[in-house]
Parts: sequence; C-alpha cells; structure tokens
Amino acid sequence: MLLYAAIILMMLGLYGILTQRNIIKIIISLNILEIGLNIFIISIGFVNGGVAPIFTGQNNLGSIGFVDPLPQALVLTAIVIGVGTTALGLALAKKIYAKYGTFEIDDMKGAE
Amino acid sequence: MKNFLSLVLVLALGGMIILSLQNNQYFTAYGEVDITKRVSESYIDRDVNGGTQAVEFGVANNLESGPANIVTAIVADYRSFDTLGEVTVLFVSSLGVALLLASGKQKRLDLHFHPNFMLRVGSRALFGIILMTGIFVIVHGHLTPGGGFPGGTMIASSILLLYLADDNFRTKVKSFKTLESIAGSLYVIIGLVGLFAFDYFLVNFLDNGILGELFSAGIVPIVYALIGLKVGSEISGIIDNFLTEEVA
Repeated sequence: MLLYAAIILMMLGLYGILTQRNIIKIIISLNILEIGLNIFIISIGFVNGGVAPIFTGQNNLGSIGFVDPLPQALVLTAIVIGVGTTALGLALAKKIYAKYGTFEIDDMKGAE
Repeated sequence: MKNFLSLVLVLALGGMIILSLQNNQYFTAYGEVDITKRVSESYIDRDVNGGTQAVEFGVANNLESGPANIVTAIVADYRSFDTLGEVTVLFVSSLGVALLLASGKQKRLDLHFHPNFMLRVGSRALFGIILMTGIFVIVHGHLTPGGGFPGGTMIASSILLLYLADDNFRTKVKSFKTLESIAGSLYVIIGLVGLFAFDYFLVNFLDNGILGELFSAGIVPIVYALIGLKVGSEISGIIDNFLTEEVA
C-alpha cells in the first residue's frame, strides 16, 4: 500500500509543478514529488517483520530479519541533494521577489 | 484547459508506473523482498571483497567494514566516494545561495516581535541541548541511527533557533566558512592518504576494531564527524544568507 501512496504523492507533485503559477508553490510541489520518490525507493526495500538495519545486542541474525539497507543509503543521498536544490530554488525566489515584489509568474510579465 | 491536460498527463504517468509494477520480476510485492537475492546481502554479511568472518555484535573483530549501522557501512565505507560527491553537491548549492544572496554589506532581518528576556535565556539553554544531541548523533553515527547528515542538520537547527529567538544574533559567517573548508579538505586528504600510502582512494586504513564499540570502524567515525561539521556549517551558512539582507 505504501507503494501506491508514494505514487500518489509523486503524481500530486508533478501536477503541482505543471499547474501552479506561484514560485514558492512550484518549489513545494518539487519537494512533494521528491518525498514521494524517496518513499517509493524506501518501500522497495521493506521486508515484512524486518527491523532497522543495525547490528545490536538483540539483533544478531546476520542477513535474516533486516530490511534492505541499500535503498536507505541511496535515499540519504537523495535527501541531501533535495535540500541543496530547494535552498538554491528559494534563494532564486528571494532574488525574484526583491526585483518584482511578487511570487506570481503572471504578475511579473506586467511589471516589466 | 491547461489544468485538464496536466491532469491527463499525471494520470497517464501514474498509470504507467502502476502498470509497470504489475508482474514485474524485479519489483516483488510490498514487503516480500528476498534480501538474499540482492546485492545488499553482501553489505550485511560484510563479504563484498570476500570477507569470510561471521558478523556477530560485540564479538566480531576486524571485519571487512566495521560500523554496526549497515547504512553507515554503505554510505561512509563501501560507497564513500559517492558520499564525497554528495557533499560536493551540497557545497556547490550553498556556494550558489551565497552567490545569489550575499552581496555587499549585510545586516540581519528584523523580527516582527521583540523577544523578551525569558525567550532569549530559554533559547540559549535549548541551544546547548540541541547542539549536544547533534554532536551525539554524529559521534554515534556508526552505531545508532543517524550520522553526519542528520547530526549536521541538528547543529544548523540550533543556530536557526538562536536566529529566531534573538534579534541581535548573527553567527560568525567567516569562521563557519573556515570550518567548512577545513572539514572538506580533510575528507579529501584522508582519501588521498589512503590512495598514496595504502591501496586506493578512501580506503579504511585504520583498525576496524570490535563491531559495536564506540572506538571501532576505523576511519568511518572520523569521516562522518567531518561530514557532520561540513553539513552543519554549510546549512548554517545558508540560514545566515536567508536571514540577512543588504544594507540599502
């Protein structure tokens, strides 16, 4: 089920990117798309009854009983890159707001 | 009209993803993954390079890769070069933010309210607790959930708290830049030491120790601490860039 929730999040994010005309809303849509993608990748590695992939005193089972650690490691990378792109996008939005006084793309054309 | 076209496109995309998941041998049903058929099994059993030792918590000595946290073993040991690239991406994006926002003389944004005495003192006390939690998460990155990236973000969030609760506060941006460059350079230098003195770039050249102890896993805690410092100072720099404005 988590798989379908992730796909729905991805669809919502893409729909937002395609239809919104506000820069902040576009960036947030991008984030929703990315969160959906991350949940999708994590859900690929889920094992029924599996525990977090960390060896502890109680968890000495070898490869049995853990969820797949590789998607989690890859998503860690994806999250950090998402933070970077979001920060850069928001910096651009701040610059645009300083110039035009609005976040709406349609109003910017009129302002010139 | 445009909204309708977007809806059709989005539904088509979602339908295609769901269709491609049906009866796909590479995507088993949710929760029914067999890890023994995946490459991850080698990461868990620590036999990627032919290690033969049994992995047992608190007993196994000098394994192929030392961290008890398997995700850390992948991120900071097996795929450390990948992580170096990831840190570089974050560095470039913080550089881009600084390029866009930091120009000329800066002063910090005014708050819309005046923080009273209690808020300022309370936030200082919380600052210490959040900072220590971040450092704890970084130092135990090879044993518990977390590591350099979440811990660095926690450090940055403690700086953000100070910014929000005190209208005169401004970090020393220059010292953060210095810390960031020192941490980044040390990461590369550790890699180069591995390349020239030992086998290959970023090889784990220290003793791996006993699985599950604080001083174990060779260079992994050192590398993760460097990553934590670098991420923390980078995100603090980004926060500072967003919360300052040019003096008109």
